[in-house]
Amino acid sequence: MTVQPLDALGVAPHDADILRMSHIRMKFGAVEVLKDVNLTLRRKEIVGLLGANGSGKSTLIKVLAGFNSPEPNSVVRLWGETLPLPLDAARIRQMGVAFVHQHLALVPSLSVIDNMLISDTTRRPYGIRWRAEKRKIQALLDEFGLAIDPTATVETLSPVERAFVAIVRAFAELRRSDAGRAGEGILVLDEPTPFLSVEDVEKLFGVLREIKKTGASVIIVTHDIDEVLSLTDRVAVMRDGRLAAMMQTDQTTRQEILDTIVGRATSAYVRAPRTVPGVPNVSIKGLSGGRCVQFDAEIKTGEIIGVSGLIGSGFADIPYLLFGAAQGAGQISIGDSVLEVAGLPPAKAHEAGIALLPGDRMGQGGVGSLSVAENATFLALPRMKGPFGISQAKMTAGTQALIVAHDVRPANPQADLGNLSGGNQQKVLLGKWLAEKPKLLCLDEPTQGVDYGARQQIFKALDDAAAEGMSIIVASTDHEQLAQLCDRVVVFRRGEPALTLSGQDVTKDKIARACLASDIPQSEQPMEVSA
Amino acid sequence: MTAQTTIASSAFLQRNWAKDAERFALLGAWAILIAIFAFAVPDTFFTWRTFSSMFGSQAVLVVLSLAILVPLTAGDFDLSAANVLVFSAMLVAVTNVQLGFPIGISIVLAIAVGAFIGAINAAFILYFRIHSLIITLGVGTFLQGLTLWMSQSQTISGISMGLVEMVVINRLFGIPLAFYYGLALALVMWWVLEYTIAGRKLLFVGRGREVARLNGVKVDRVRMLSLVASSTLAAIAGVLYAGMTGSADPNSGTTLLLPAFAAAFLGATTLYPGRFNPLGTLLSVYFLITGITGLTMLGADAFVQSLFYGGALVVAVSLSQLVRGRQPQSFG
Repeated sequence: MTVQPLDALGVAPHDADILRMSHIRMKFGAVEVLKDVNLTLRRKEIVGLLGANGSGKSTLIKVLAGFNSPEPNSVVRLWGETLPLPLDAARIRQMGVAFVHQHLALVPSLSVIDNMLISDTTRRPYGIRWRAEKRKIQALLDEFGLAIDPTATVETLSPVERAFVAIVRAFAELRRSDAGRAGEGILVLDEPTPFLSVEDVEKLFGVLREIKKTGASVIIVTHDIDEVLSLTDRVAVMRDGRLAAMMQTDQTTRQEILDTIVGRATSAYVRAPRTVPGVPNVSIKGLSGGRCVQFDAEIKTGEIIGVSGLIGSGFADIPYLLFGAAQGAGQISIGDSVLEVAGLPPAKAHEAGIALLPGDRMGQGGVGSLSVAENATFLALPRMKGPFGISQAKMTAGTQALIVAHDVRPANPQADLGNLSGGNQQKVLLGKWLAEKPKLLCLDEPTQGVDYGARQQIFKALDDAAAEGMSIIVASTDHEQLAQLCDRVVVFRRGEPALTLSGQDVTKDKIARACLASDIPQSEQPMEVSA
Repeated sequence: MTAQTTIASSAFLQRNWAKDAERFALLGAWAILIAIFAFAVPDTFFTWRTFSSMFGSQAVLVVLSLAILVPLTAGDFDLSAANVLVFSAMLVAVTNVQLGFPIGISIVLAIAVGAFIGAINAAFILYFRIHSLIITLGVGTFLQGLTLWMSQSQTISGISMGLVEMVVINRLFGIPLAFYYGLALALVMWWVLEYTIAGRKLLFVGRGREVARLNGVKVDRVRMLSLVASSTLAAIAGVLYAGMTGSADPNSGTTLLLPAFAAAFLGATTLYPGRFNPLGTLLSVYFLITGITGLTMLGADAFVQSLFYGGALVVAVSLSQLVRGRQPQSFG
């Protein structure tokens, strides 16, 4: 094994290292998503892993979990043992690495005991002795001062209590592992905090500090710099598939971390200047629902507005609220009609000229087991009528036109939608809605899982639609996409708009900073209307 | 670009060939089955009398299968359909024979009650958000109780000959009229499902409720209407059932439920593979009865009916899965 001498990133080997990942390279097809990443973790240490979306931190965690196997010559050493490639997920867990994912993997309708036992593979030759199990779990919860009833159903617990159950379960798994016998272990948390309140986050960190005291180490993936500063010993920052820096938390500042995440290079892409001679088109008043507490906006014809923020900050609910797809309240004025969001059926929103392209393409956008033609023409069926009802010929012709206009591949109207790539699925679904010529088009993460070429085509289609007078609202955490598309970007924090960027300020870096920073310049008025 | 297009289109043609083979496989299997029996028992099997009797006798099952097909397409199961059928037949018998209603009034009443039962199913399923399997199972069992109560567990015979004439006695090309009712219903349903917006909405609701909702479909209304349609058609099947023999018996019709589901699922492997479709269902019913009739003529016992229904369903659906590369099917 080659070990680099002391390097600038602070990842030089240390005697107390229990995990060393070195020269990790990972490719998806031709795209290299991890480019020679080095990461170390010591005994009794909490490391924060930060980075923008797409920086490679999730991929790195998946490598550690053994789900993604890295390129040859990548080295993963756990407790001094170099693991053979491809990595074996079960072996890694057995050695003492446990994971808590954002969605916690709990079954809400079952009890805490049931959920705790699911990952416990200890042999029980006489069956489960429920009273003993309950005592054991109670003792474990007491160890961390958690007042959770082991017999309670998970769905009756608060969000933070559910997170505790998942964390304690992972900790119990560590104790049973090989490393656990020496009191060690690695607990990996993937963004556990977005849906928790400030007080709950503090409680959660209390538990993590307790876990550290037992001799275990923690890697926490997060977006929140303040959380990292209050909890961690070291901070690892990923950027563009590389480890951009490894810093001692007590020797760094939030500004330094922020600069490292965003990077100094500014994005080269300059959006073509758009003249917005538009007239007022859509007016949104007092919109609330889900995690969105309050949102007002005036959108002109031909204007593209972005809404963004950290995960859980409420912006993601906006497209669904506007279309009546989620429960909420507020008022939308569009054209001649005024819609009450409370109890708004999607059919009525559609009639009023609102369209929604949801983020979950195959769960909400289209039906994968039906053909491209059937999906593409579903809204247009009233225009597809022939003398004997719906005309198959018109459906095929309409779909052919859409396929040509949006360059859908394969160019086969009879192919099942589910067999197309993500980008082509999205082009079909977008084309379907654009053909309805809505006044307001709402999009949620329109290019998630979409390849580069399709992404540019989708941007162009949206740009063209806006040029014809459509108002568009895009919810996304992809800052580059927002910078390329939007005239204005509203950044959310804790359910409310905190800052609006417009004109020259709509850049990838500025959006990223606005999302990550918690100190808002006082001079900025929330939701100012662009002049 | 041109080369790419050619490759794409030749792959497309190949796929189409496999698809066509799958579409018409059941039709071919039916032809082979007829050929085998025609060779084995030519004198009894390969006669117009046998065929007209097969066509006529299965009309009730055809209508019942088409009834449950509507909610199946929309993603709901209607297990009460066979009980609605028996209840409706009994209602015709009781009102016509015991209460002396004119047969026309009895029929209209039975069909209206069928629609009402569908509305009850829908109300419980949609208002309380309970799975359709549970509600229709309960409502169906309840109806069976009502049927036994209403009939004192007796077979009631003596239904007006007018109905019997319209169902089995009058013939067209030697086949009882009942066959044509089933055929007409299958054709109408095929047209509705393939060529109307209502049919397309039904399909989308079955394949993706959330997708349908976010495309402006009133999902609950579609599901309600599908359940009402199912019970109404089941009641019509009940009227035909009463007309077959001029009597109503409180038990025997309930055994039609599983064959109806078998026919619906078997039908989904043919003509429009992967989709519940009325013409495929019609074909399946006659494929199954051909097999059973032929085997009976070869001297098989009554149990061959269940063997053939069950065996053919499992084999056909498995073969169809092989053709589509064993991808999980989403039947609504």
